[in-house]
Amino acid sequence: MSWWDNFVIALQGVTSNKLRSMLTMLGVLIGVAAVIILVAVGTGSSAQVQANINRLGTNTITVLNLGHFGGRATVGTETSAGTITLADVRQIENPVDAPDVASVSPVVSTSTDATYSGASDSDAEVTGSTPTYLTASDYTVEAGYSITSSEVTGRERVCDIGQTVVTDLFGTANPLGRTIQIGSSSFEVVGVLATKGSTGVTNEDNVIIAPYTAVQDELTGESQSFSELLVQGKSSATLDRAESEVESILATANDVSVADLPFEIVNQASLVSTAESTSSTFTVLLAAVAGVSLLVGGIGVMNIMLVSVTERTREIGIRKAIGARKSVILAQFLYESVLLALLGGIAGVIVGFVGSHFRIDGVMPVIAPYSIVLALGVSVAVGVFFGFYPANRAASLRPIDALRYE
Amino acid sequence: MTGSATDELPARRRPIIEIKQVSKIYAMGEAEVHALRGVSLTIERGDFVAIMGASGSGKSTMMHILGCLDVPTKGWYWLDGVDVRGLDEVTLSIVRSRKIGFVFQAYNLIPRTTALANVELPLAYAGVRPKERRRRAVEALENVGLADHLGYFPNQMSGGQQQRVAVARAIVTNPALILADEPTGNLDTAAAEDVMHIFSLLNAAGRTVVLITHEADLAEFAKRVLRLRDGEIVSDVRSVPVEGLPPRLHAEHTIRTASMAS
Repeated sequence: MSWWDNFVIALQGVTSNKLRSMLTMLGVLIGVAAVIILVAVGTGSSAQVQANINRLGTNTITVLNLGHFGGRATVGTETSAGTITLADVRQIENPVDAPDVASVSPVVSTSTDATYSGASDSDAEVTGSTPTYLTASDYTVEAGYSITSSEVTGRERVCDIGQTVVTDLFGTANPLGRTIQIGSSSFEVVGVLATKGSTGVTNEDNVIIAPYTAVQDELTGESQSFSELLVQGKSSATLDRAESEVESILATANDVSVADLPFEIVNQASLVSTAESTSSTFTVLLAAVAGVSLLVGGIGVMNIMLVSVTERTREIGIRKAIGARKSVILAQFLYESVLLALLGGIAGVIVGFVGSHFRIDGVMPVIAPYSIVLALGVSVAVGVFFGFYPANRAASLRPIDALRYE
Repeated sequence: MTGSATDELPARRRPIIEIKQVSKIYAMGEAEVHALRGVSLTIERGDFVAIMGASGSGKSTMMHILGCLDVPTKGWYWLDGVDVRGLDEVTLSIVRSRKIGFVFQAYNLIPRTTALANVELPLAYAGVRPKERRRRAVEALENVGLADHLGYFPNQMSGGQQQRVAVARAIVTNPALILADEPTGNLDTAAAEDVMHIFSLLNAAGRTVVLITHEADLAEFAKRVLRLRDGEIVSDVRSVPVEGLPPRLHAEHTIRTASMAS
């Protein structure tokens, strides 16, 4: 008896009761499809979080001067406010002092309304910085030009504006060369930023970027210290080194130890890794839930195989009487259960594929190839595992008992 | 062979079946049922034997033991010179597939499987190649007059036709022994005669046939008739010598062969 002959017999077994086979497969189908879709949702949401973090900039370290906001710069036992001065910025820019830093952009920011001939945009984020800020935070200029270094040194009242500001103030009109009111000062629009979308909390398109000198002059009135530094590292691998270089420069300048720095330092690389571990936990959780449904599907296969063995007791007896060995009967019923599970699994992969093309709760699922291999592998394993007991029961029947069975 | 009587046998032609002092005891709760009480029997190659008895006489148990479907509680059994006592399940299934062709009362064809596939099955289990398998299965079906029913499913055939498929399945492996258990029990008289005639033809062609029945009519087809009662052989009558033609074949040979071919 070749395995093929036996396989054909098993196939006949599966097709002889189509409705029942189909319902059994449905259990496995749902399990496999659930694994694929839920893992895809997990992978998709992880990719989305990743993209959101990347939108913050590329290989950046953000130094936030909490004391600057009069906020909670509680360090050690006493509250102290540090300062980030232009001298610090110059030192961080120096490749000798901070070799792993690509650029540093001092930031002063405020939130205010912008208006243009009657139209207004509420709560635009006004950021005063240098040209490097735009590249470090992944802003691209769609029209016009990015603020320049000479405009920074010349304290010129020019600005680049985000898409939300454009829409709110100008509608469809061309904003380039127009003068808008920011607070009580007027700034000329020299560039329009390409859209970045929302990070969930803040609208990254409701921004106005101007030379920090002009913002200090006109809006914040501050000239001694910056509220924030945006440092771009040379690569993600050296980001941690760049962070410690920045920290030691600031610690020296503020005359405190690195541990006592009154700044909050956000390293993008650590943000990414935190997000990754969170989303992988999430994915594992989803996969586990889906795995349970696959298990239930497997039990369905076993149930049907047991029914099938009971129903076909007589047939098993005949087969044994005409020379089928125990191993052949075992194989026949194992093939049958694996076939049920595998066909269900393949259908599940198809459903999973289709299902993963729909946005689920705002997340675009991304199919993880491993989940397909895993789900199919598990469904075969389910067939073998849950088929073995019924198959073995069939194979162990004594032919005389099986023949007597009515 | 561990001390088997086969070695002790004189160098004559081996009988196909030799059982000695075979007993079968079933435990029914507290009570013991003696289905066979020390039966000894020798069946020669080429014989046509009917084993008769009322229900409860032990003839089914006899058939199960002769067919290696069950093992005796006590006693010895040599099938075609092989001591089948103490063989394990795997070896028994090999012995069954090589030496015995079964015909059951309820036909016992595999459902949803064509006549041809049913007849091929024992060959498939014996590992015969598909081409050879097919050739032999077609030949066996021709022998029982069903050459034009190869693709029929069991539920498309009459009882007599199904039983003839079962006979074809029994002979396709060229077994030493054909064991038929009430083969006509579910058939009308004409179909029963057909099937019995096929057994006669097979026997005339040299096959050993053991028929288990409770109908005296059918026993008339056999060369030797054994009667069982309460697990013991109470009579053993031979009407035709082992080498002779089956008793009912002479008279009907020509007529039946003609009708079967149609």
